[in-house]
Amino acid sequence: MALIKQSSPHTRGQTDTTKIMQTVILATIPGILTLTYFFGIGTFINLILASAFCLIIEASVLKVRRRPVGFFLKDYSALVTAVLLGVALPPYCPWWIIFIGSLFAIGIAKQLYGGLGYNPFNPAMVGYVVLLISFPVEMTRWPAPTSILTDSQSLPGLTDALSLVFGFASPVLLDGYTGATPLDAFKQNTGLMADNLYASQAIFREAHFAGAGWEWVNVAFLLGGLFLLYRKVFTWHAPIAMLASLGFCALIFYDGGSNTSGASPLLHWFSGATMLGAFFIITDPVSSAVSNKGRLIYGGCIGIIIYVIRQWGNYPDAVAFAVLLMNFAAPFIDYYTLPRTYGHTQSRRATDKIDTSQRR
Amino acid sequence: MTAANLQAGNPQLIATDEERTLFTIPGGVHPPENKQQSLNSPIVAAPLPGKVILPLSQHIGAPSLPIVRVGDHVLTGQLIAEGDGYVSLPVHASVSGTIVAIEEHPLPHASGLSDLCIIIESDGKDASIPMQERPDYRNQSAKSLLDIIREAGIAGMGGAGFPAAVKLNPRAGCSIEHLIINGTECEPYITADDILMQERAQDIVAGVELLSKILGEPKDVVIGIEDNKPEAIATMRETVKNTPIQVAVFPTKYPSGGEKQLIQILTGKEVPSGELPSSIGVVVQNVATAYACYRAVRYGEPFISRITTVVGEALAEQRNVEVRLGTPLSDLLTFNRVNEKKLSRLIMGGPMMGFALHSAEVPVVKTTNCLIAPTKKEMPPSPPALACIRCGLCAEACPASLLPQQLYWYARSEDHEKLESHHLFDCIECGACSFVCPSNIPLVQYYRSAKGKIKQQEIEKEKADRSRQRFEFRQERIARAEAEKEAKRKARQQAALEAKQKLAEAKAAAEQHSEATQQANSDDAITNALAKTQTKTTDPKEQQAKLERAVQSAEGRLQKASARLVESQQHTPDKNDKFAAQVKQAEVRLTDAKKKLNDFLTSTNFSTNTSGTSSTQTQEAQNEADKDKERLRLEKAINSAMNSIEKTQARLAEADDEKREKFEKQLNAAQERLQKAETKLAEFMNQLETTAAQEKLQTLQPATVDAQPEPDTPMDAASAAIARAQAKASARASMSEEEKLKEQIDGLTKRLSKAEEKLAAAIEEGSDKQEALSLGVEKLKIKLQQAQQQLEDA
Repeated sequence: MALIKQSSPHTRGQTDTTKIMQTVILATIPGILTLTYFFGIGTFINLILASAFCLIIEASVLKVRRRPVGFFLKDYSALVTAVLLGVALPPYCPWWIIFIGSLFAIGIAKQLYGGLGYNPFNPAMVGYVVLLISFPVEMTRWPAPTSILTDSQSLPGLTDALSLVFGFASPVLLDGYTGATPLDAFKQNTGLMADNLYASQAIFREAHFAGAGWEWVNVAFLLGGLFLLYRKVFTWHAPIAMLASLGFCALIFYDGGSNTSGASPLLHWFSGATMLGAFFIITDPVSSAVSNKGRLIYGGCIGIIIYVIRQWGNYPDAVAFAVLLMNFAAPFIDYYTLPRTYGHTQSRRATDKIDTSQRR
Repeated sequence: MTAANLQAGNPQLIATDEERTLFTIPGGVHPPENKQQSLNSPIVAAPLPGKVILPLSQHIGAPSLPIVRVGDHVLTGQLIAEGDGYVSLPVHASVSGTIVAIEEHPLPHASGLSDLCIIIESDGKDASIPMQERPDYRNQSAKSLLDIIREAGIAGMGGAGFPAAVKLNPRAGCSIEHLIINGTECEPYITADDILMQERAQDIVAGVELLSKILGEPKDVVIGIEDNKPEAIATMRETVKNTPIQVAVFPTKYPSGGEKQLIQILTGKEVPSGELPSSIGVVVQNVATAYACYRAVRYGEPFISRITTVVGEALAEQRNVEVRLGTPLSDLLTFNRVNEKKLSRLIMGGPMMGFALHSAEVPVVKTTNCLIAPTKKEMPPSPPALACIRCGLCAEACPASLLPQQLYWYARSEDHEKLESHHLFDCIECGACSFVCPSNIPLVQYYRSAKGKIKQQEIEKEKADRSRQRFEFRQERIARAEAEKEAKRKARQQAALEAKQKLAEAKAAAEQHSEATQQANSDDAITNALAKTQTKTTDPKEQQAKLERAVQSAEGRLQKASARLVESQQHTPDKNDKFAAQVKQAEVRLTDAKKKLNDFLTSTNFSTNTSGTSSTQTQEAQNEADKDKERLRLEKAINSAMNSIEKTQARLAEADDEKREKFEKQLNAAQERLQKAETKLAEFMNQLETTAAQEKLQTLQPATVDAQPEPDTPMDAASAAIARAQAKASARASMSEEEKLKEQIDGLTKRLSKAEEKLAAAIEEGSDKQEALSLGVEKLKIKLQQAQQQLEDA
């Protein structure tokens, strides 16, 4: 009778990391579908290429690091990074953009720091920021949503898309589908009253409450995020704090629509990568703060930074920068936001010296 | 005092369950309950075991002390081991039969640890000691009730096994407001308390009333039960009617039954970190403990059996069994028809906090509330751990509001400081974090190991601190001794300086005197001198007294040593002949030394008495001082040598054969030292003789003569003595090996003859030292022979 010797507990719950990762991927589906609806097949091509690159890079680095390749690939974490990177990149971007992004995300930001669980920065955002800084032209070439394309414009078909991605297409083709994003349009506004701006730009004119197309993309990611909340994949603290602080900032600096006004809270919430960031990026547990109190601070600060950069910085959107900046601060936040433990009158800071003599 | 109320069964309905505010605990998990399978049949008594294994350490605290011997026949319920101190418990025989062994036996412990157990082979009769029934127990004082509970050996039956009587007797100053009876049983699978509440509610409630009485009737007495035990709840509610006891029901959530968690649920209070529940006026006892206390007090039943849930799919029968303590688990498994092929592990306790056993040959103990015998399918081995993604599910599940993911991180990097600042020691090891961990990380194991390491480090640090303190004290002591020595030295210096001054004054006075009254004012001079001499002689007298004291003490020591020797001879007569002889030698040497000292004394007395002239006084003072110093030094040397001989002999007596040689060597060295000291003393005596002679010489000179001694006139005897002494000293120095040997032989012969004399005297007196003395004589003879042999060889 060979008895198993194992320490307690002897039973375990049903959750596992692989399932969590799969759930996250599942939750991006509404967003992906909406993106595809508004921007065409490009998002799918991004996802497929990013997944392939990420898995290949992950596998080869694991091989070099002499880790069991199959065991780690099966945790789906590389795929989550690939999906997030894929939806963040502009559709129809060249393949090497995706490759470089994947290389930095998986190879540098994740594996060089020790693999899953050890990366201080969100891998997808590292890849994205590297690309945004290095290749601004390719990275800002977003298509116009299908609902506001002019008569002369159309979204590329599969062949055109592939030729765009693999670099055979003439640059003329590009003009056939690109357009400013709502945040771009708002940022480049000089002197127009908000109402006039809204009237003059198709992207606002055709919108229901924020920017055409983009509002629905954000709604879709919000739905995915709520699903994840419901499945208790993460807690509400960071996303809600981020949305709240972003909305609060927008509210303060929104004066009803003068030519110096900031965008309205609704525009901020439902434009760019706001919802993707709030529910899929800043909730990455590895690189965020650990306690609930810490997550409130973490999310809140991200919201503020997003607003500051969107409003006064050089970039129209700022989720990636804000997330990376707060990744830096996460360990620091952790030090000062330990929860109050049972039997203690107040929470302690992790930096406090411990007087062991007081313990039994 | 409400003892009267209790007696009368006075209805005192303070509050109903509905009125009680319940609090919630953070975290918690909902593992599959698996309680039904063991609740299908009532409590079954297990058959009497063929043998029982009763560990001496079934509780928290000092292990019990066995009071029976192998071969003794004992009755069921008979005391076989006593509690050792306050936080300890006795052990009773759980069957009647014969004690077949008191030996190390594997315990039910996660590590497979062995410890002392009393093993009884049952005679099958189960003949019990008479049990003392106490129908009137309500009239007893709390103290005597506590004593009954302690003597019944009752340990907390829910978890750790803390002696119930200790918990029921909180420290002075803690006024108990809440008595909480734990019927939560939040661990999956376990139903022992559930079925006990269903079947024996009367006794439990009587037990709760008893505990309440012992604690001075706390204003809140409540039985806490999770809502997954509807039958138990109904029975208990029915039974507590017309008592001040409440039954509180709260939602099922693991680990609501943890002591701290239950307190939080029922009172909203938290036990401060590092404190006991009594510090916030709460005492928690398990329902089974309350039951056992009542049985012990009312019926005099010691704690010899308990109800244990035996469950798991490897068993054909899953049920609650009333089993004698000490029953081997294999018996219990057989009784429940185990399928050994399907059995994959064996868990004592619940699946969340229980521990896996190494074998089924360990006994049921006081804390065994459950035995799980699962199949592999039922409890599969845990899959390999993945990386921690800090998802925080563990923090959500932690009932103590810790950050398990951070603790894990710091445990892996052994960052003990951070672990403590993250309150590692507030972890109750409930296993909720491991249960929810999506990466299958055995978190609790990391925490246990980290706690162990930190505790170990603390113990080591404490040790280091203590030895550092010791060292510092020692340094301080040495410094103090040095300072004292220095002070003494200064004082001596001062004294010497004063003496010199006096000397100078005396000289001056003498000169003046001689100048002024050149012509034989001898009368004055002589009276002066006499007076001075008298004052001087007081010094030698004191020294003499000192000396005598020293000799006396030396004698005393020697006597003690020989007494010890005699004693040791009685115990180990064959080992000690050598050493007996050595004691004798030492004795002889001491008498020699004594004699010599006496000689010295007479000579000094003589010299002081005879030197009655002012001319010698000055010199004499100096001489006296020098002599004293020298003599004292030698005496000290002798004393220390004697001491070390004594010590070594004592050690020799205690030592075994292996160490004997070493000690003998030491003894020899010490004896050599003694010899040397004696030789030096002898030399010194010779010198003294010389001085005495010189002084004699001086007495011959007229008192009125100048202060300077002039060694030219008749002094043959004195100079002869000087010459003799000097010759002797130089001869000793230049002695050849042969001569030395010869001298040794002479010495030995002398000692031998003395020893023989003593022996003869002892025989005449019939002294009990006779044996020792004869041994000494023989030893001396052997030594003499050896020396002669050496001489011949040379």
